[in-house]
Amino acid sequence: MISPNVVAICYLVASVLFILSLRGLAHPLSARRGNLFGMAGMTIAVLTTFAVTERLDIVLAMLALGGITGIIIARRVQMTQMPELVAAMHSLVGLAAVLIAIAVLGDPLAFGVEYPIPTGNRIELFIGTVVGAITFSGSIIAFGKLAGLGTYGRVFSSSPVTFPGQHWLNLLLAIAMVGFGVWFVNAVPGEAWRPFQALTGIAFLLGVLMIIPIGGADMPVVISMLNSYSGWAAAGIGFSLNNSMLIIAGSLVGSSGAILSYIMCKAMNRSFISVILGGFGAEDGTPAAGSGKKTVRSGSADDAAFLLSNADSVIIVPGYGLAVGRAQHAVKEMAHKLTARGVTVRYAIHPVAGRMPGHMNVLLAEADVPYEQVVEMDDINSDFGATDVAFVLGANDVVNPLAEQKGSPIYGMPILEAHKARTVLVNKRSMASGYAGVDNPLFYMDRTMMVFGDAKKVVEDIVKALE
Amino acid sequence: MTGADPTILNVTVFILAIFVGYHVVWNVTPALHTPLMSVTNAISSVVMVGAILAAGSSTIGYGPLVGAIAVALVAINTFGGFMVTQRMLDMFRKKEPKQGRKAA
Repeated sequence: MISPNVVAICYLVASVLFILSLRGLAHPLSARRGNLFGMAGMTIAVLTTFAVTERLDIVLAMLALGGITGIIIARRVQMTQMPELVAAMHSLVGLAAVLIAIAVLGDPLAFGVEYPIPTGNRIELFIGTVVGAITFSGSIIAFGKLAGLGTYGRVFSSSPVTFPGQHWLNLLLAIAMVGFGVWFVNAVPGEAWRPFQALTGIAFLLGVLMIIPIGGADMPVVISMLNSYSGWAAAGIGFSLNNSMLIIAGSLVGSSGAILSYIMCKAMNRSFISVILGGFGAEDGTPAAGSGKKTVRSGSADDAAFLLSNADSVIIVPGYGLAVGRAQHAVKEMAHKLTARGVTVRYAIHPVAGRMPGHMNVLLAEADVPYEQVVEMDDINSDFGATDVAFVLGANDVVNPLAEQKGSPIYGMPILEAHKARTVLVNKRSMASGYAGVDNPLFYMDRTMMVFGDAKKVVEDIVKALE
Repeated sequence: MTGADPTILNVTVFILAIFVGYHVVWNVTPALHTPLMSVTNAISSVVMVGAILAAGSSTIGYGPLVGAIAVALVAINTFGGFMVTQRMLDMFRKKEPKQGRKAA
């Protein structure tokens, strides 16, 4: 057994490494070193804990079991599936927090917590358990929605599940949960179990009820929010165990998730409250009203290739449709061909282009697109006016100029100003509107040419035409 | 400091860590927000420490069993989270510098 002071210092070192790990992500060049810092911190944390553990056989066996599973998953997962994977992982942290709270309640002395458990630690246990349980069940629902498990149960449907009195039910459950929490905190040692079970059960139910009314379009916010919750759950466990490292790591994760939620909300011009209340994005994919009245100029892949090869500068605006069509590699091929002809090609990324923060960047990086060519919205918007061709691939709402018009349902949403380019090429499967259910005037501009069809097929045809 | 309740000390650490997190995370480039999420996921699996203490305790009861399950679940996150982050970051390496420079 090593002294508690040595343990505390090792935990401090691990905490600092966790902070350095996040700091590394400030730039792609330092990011991999940052990840190594994170691994080192985790190794120190776990080894130090081994030194104060009474028996290691079961621990090592379980660690190997989970570790191998994790490695297999990490190797096999596709980049388009990252949102599902992250949601699934959040649920594991949440469930683990609940399990640890149960273990602490059963045997506080094993964790260095006094018996009977002091009131302060009980409040912390209550909070840690509730947040953990909500994270667990909420993430399961989010996972189902992201993985498209709607056919297995309506709760997993990507369209919002709402019913009358939903918010009142949630409020009642929350009040009941806090009531059981008060009982739990004040119960005599032998009788803390019953209120604990009740409040944990209610928290599981609340997690489900909180996520089902949120539609597919808001998933980037939900996944960031659950990221945040999983951090707070870890911090809550740190509080109950009086462990500073857990508190620090948990708060880092919690604030990271909160910032990402904020960025996502702002990018969609939605308030956090309205996302939480849900019901948005019910009619995704429905054709916009009156879309037949206006004329659309459409062209073939050959026409598009002609326009692109005669341009000096091209900005590609990728949307999630591109990733769904697995067209990234074809797009990269096209950009390569254009670059060889002396055309400057860049990619403009809207913060909600993918299904989670930064998703589109990863999908492009996977296709070997150099990250120097990939530019964020705020940095590229002023360049559209001086660009010959903006090529919109599978994006819709994020390039809708109506967002700049007062009174439109999407007014105020930050957009990529593709409509300012000299020529706009748009690839879409059909004239269906985006998640917001709003028609897009960009498609009807004189300077716009629509190229209908599957993104991958169209881009491959353009590549052929460029040869 | 000696007389302060541990909860107060915990809150102190908590608030300061939130400030650190706030400043560090705003510096993360938006291009790496997905790896940020997967690495924070891996970091939050530091609750492993609590799970190990439960699983490795020699007391009789459900504690070690519950702890053992938690260790296995969280280990998926620890290993999977860091691995998948590494996989993504490897894609952000500088590649084909010739092509990149010409286009820039």
